Amino acid sequence: MADRAFQVARLPGFNTIAIMVFVMLYLPIGLLVLFSFNAGPSVAIWEGFSLQWYPKAWGNEQVRDATIRSLIIASSAALISTTLATMAALGTTRRKRSPGQTMIYVMINQPLMVPEIVTAVALLIFFASIKVATGYQGLGYLIAAHSAFCIPFAYLPIRARLEGMDLTLETAAADLYATPWQTFRHVTLPLLMPGIIAGMMLAFITSLDDVVISLFVKSAGQETLPTYMLGQIRRNITVEVNAISTLLLGLTVIMLTVFFLLTRKQD
Amino acid sequence: MNVNSQPDIRSEAIAVDVDRVSKIFGGEPPVTALDDVSVAIRQNEFFTLLGPSGCGKTTLLRLIAGFEPPTSGSLRLGGRDISRLPPNKRPINTVFQNYALFPHMSVAANIAFGLQMLGKPKAEVRDTVDEMLKLVQMEALKNRRTSEISGGQQQRVALARALAPHPEVLLLDEPLSALDYKLRKEMQIELKRLQGETGITFIFVTHDQEEALTMSDRIAVMNAGKILQVGPPREIYNRPVNRFVADFIGETNFLTGTAQGDAVRISSGHMIAVPLDGRTGDVTLTVRPEQVRLCPVDQDGALHAEISDLVYFGTDTHCHLALKDGTQIVARLQSLPTGEVGYMRGQAVGLRFEPGAVQVVGA
Amino acid sequence: MATVKPKPAAKTERSTWLLTAPALVLLTVAATGPLFIMLIYSFLEPGQYGNVVWKFSTKAWFNVILQRDIFDGTLTWADAHLTILWRSVKLAMTTTVFAVLVGFPTAWFIATRTPRMRLFMLFLITIPFWTNLLIRTFAINQIIRNEGVLNSFLLWIGVIDAPIQIIYSDFAVFLGMTYVYLPLMVLPLYAAIDRFDMRLLEAAYDLYANRWQALRRVVLPIVKPGLIAGSILVFIPALGAYVTPRILGGGRNMMIGNFIDLQFGQGRNWPLGAALSVILLIFVTSMLILYVRFVNRSTDNG
Repeated sequence: MADRAFQVARLPGFNTIAIMVFVMLYLPIGLLVLFSFNAGPSVAIWEGFSLQWYPKAWGNEQVRDATIRSLIIASSAALISTTLATMAALGTTRRKRSPGQTMIYVMINQPLMVPEIVTAVALLIFFASIKVATGYQGLGYLIAAHSAFCIPFAYLPIRARLEGMDLTLETAAADLYATPWQTFRHVTLPLLMPGIIAGMMLAFITSLDDVVISLFVKSAGQETLPTYMLGQIRRNITVEVNAISTLLLGLTVIMLTVFFLLTRKQD
Repeated sequence: MNVNSQPDIRSEAIAVDVDRVSKIFGGEPPVTALDDVSVAIRQNEFFTLLGPSGCGKTTLLRLIAGFEPPTSGSLRLGGRDISRLPPNKRPINTVFQNYALFPHMSVAANIAFGLQMLGKPKAEVRDTVDEMLKLVQMEALKNRRTSEISGGQQQRVALARALAPHPEVLLLDEPLSALDYKLRKEMQIELKRLQGETGITFIFVTHDQEEALTMSDRIAVMNAGKILQVGPPREIYNRPVNRFVADFIGETNFLTGTAQGDAVRISSGHMIAVPLDGRTGDVTLTVRPEQVRLCPVDQDGALHAEISDLVYFGTDTHCHLALKDGTQIVARLQSLPTGEVGYMRGQAVGLRFEPGAVQVVGA
Repeated sequence: MATVKPKPAAKTERSTWLLTAPALVLLTVAATGPLFIMLIYSFLEPGQYGNVVWKFSTKAWFNVILQRDIFDGTLTWADAHLTILWRSVKLAMTTTVFAVLVGFPTAWFIATRTPRMRLFMLFLITIPFWTNLLIRTFAINQIIRNEGVLNSFLLWIGVIDAPIQIIYSDFAVFLGMTYVYLPLMVLPLYAAIDRFDMRLLEAAYDLYANRWQALRRVVLPIVKPGLIAGSILVFIPALGAYVTPRILGGGRNMMIGNFIDLQFGQGRNWPLGAALSVILLIFVTSMLILYVRFVNRSTDNG
């Protein structure tokens, strides 16, 4: 040990703790995925490999309904929030600071700052009155709520991309006879696209993962995949839930990988 | 302000007429970037806006391009008022300082962009792009992404892109500043060639006086939002209208003195004959170092000086001289094959100026 | 002489509002606006079967910390409520402190790897961050529950002969929250350490500091903004946690989030639930404002 060079950045015990953190971060998830392939009905005692829980989960009508519902909500919320966020990002970047902008910025990021349970309860109160007043019980409430809290998630990567963009490119387009609309269509939008896709993915994942707000906003019988899973966990643990979780995990990892590749390319 | 009295060989038709233009940027406090500027740029000429950073040269360029509106005054292109036209309606193209190539398009697509925006037919676009690629010798790289080519190549693409729509005027905003010395020299020649071949009016912005002198037909020297002098390079160099122009272009000596009849008595007591154009009182004289000659001390009419320092520059040596009252003068002497100049520090020498070399540049 | 007026500032201002209006309208309807309605509800009287009776009352606010005896009308502290509030603050704080203790070495470790490795490790930290919180909590549940992996394993090797009760305790909630919120600590800490100039550490060692002194006197003061950002990012969601205490704490180890939920369910006391939500909101907002003040102050000085 005496001849080992003095490493400036090395602090005693840090490596051990860090490696343990990585192990502890992935061990529970790893076990959850592993037991989704369990032949037996236990999530703690391994009885051999089997894929039986996946078709079993899909065969469950409640699971299928909840999955479709979740996908409809997440796709709509991603589409709506990304459209609104793109417009908002175009309206708030690359121009002189005005007092209104800080307010807009706070408003857009508000869902990130307020505890979910508070928003959930507030929406419950508000939508309950509307449900009584209009009689409408559909998915609209969930889509509206999800679209709203997804806006900051879509907004941040789009804004970052816009801010990193060279303004002279649009000046150059104007110099080369492009009208403002042509400039937007042929220069701004294509350059912004990776940010928009990244934003849409974050919005989609965020919507798909939401439990608390869905729980309070949904009308009777409108289970989403997470609210259905929460109900299952309360009753008794079934391997079916592990199977659903594994699929959701896989989807998240794929989308995040794409997101990483998209945002890395810009520098 | 134009003191050029000789008739120019080139066509006198005016391409861009800048008429009493001012530009004030709002803010606290407001900044006057251009202060009542008037200049007429002729068709077909290589016109350079030269000045230190912040003198307003880039602002003037952006006004001509249409990226900024003038606060007052008007801009005419071939006699037509273009002050209110947006940039995409002006037949003027720009080569940007950082090139501003579209990173999501290929070299060819960048060059085609302006033509497509003008709604040219596909075949014409393709032909013009090929022609431009040939003009800037970039045919081999037409399908590359702009991020995959070198700085010098990007420069060529930017040029081709701006030339492709055949603008009436090409604006170049310090386009060579990002290139290294050797490449810059190459591109200077290249730009002159392109201007000759295309016959387009070039307006070139630079802070590099050497670049301006080598390339331009005429130069406008700017400072603090004003144009101080407009003229061909030789005139700007040899007949500077004021101290700033003399000092900014090349190296020079300044002497102060008092007008006495047809001559000036400088601070050391010597009399120097200069055309005074009726000036009286205190005046400042300028003389370029290469116009200062050393001679024996006792030569007729020589100024007496002592060599305070000799600085070797390779091809020549700068000889720092002190007159009796301490006034410093630099003479540029050609180095001998030995690297010496035949003088030594502390030596008493005489000096004289070449006839017509001394200019009055104001009080 | 033509005079072109500079583009009026009002025009760009107007395009800002036009472009942001749709987003702002949706956020007002489905996020911000309802918070004000909730505030109003906290001043009403509870309805018999949930919802409210439209009659002004400060009873809900009063009931947050005090209670009146049903029989003799004497005022006493609302012990049950205070216990829950205190547990929430205590658990959120322990979670934050522990997240700093393990998060700092982790962020340091990542920041001192090679650039490629760094990117990969950041990715590893980011995945759990974006992974469904429910699934992650659920994964912890499967390990520590009585018939879970840990107890099964310990029984199987014979260390214990009856399952240890870990789940449905404050400790289980603390464990779960640390697990789910740790990435929120590591990411800002990493950003701060990444900017840290390692030559400063060399200078500290050069001037005879030992490792601990260098850490305490040089590294920590410089990465403090990251440390505070991470702490805020962990503390705020931990304080308002709902899913984790519900799955790992069970019915008896409620935090404020579950208690609010209870008022809208079995409790049938919407005004009390609204009042508790407003309290949580005010608490979190003031912390954020303090944080923004701190950031502004430290950037002004820098």
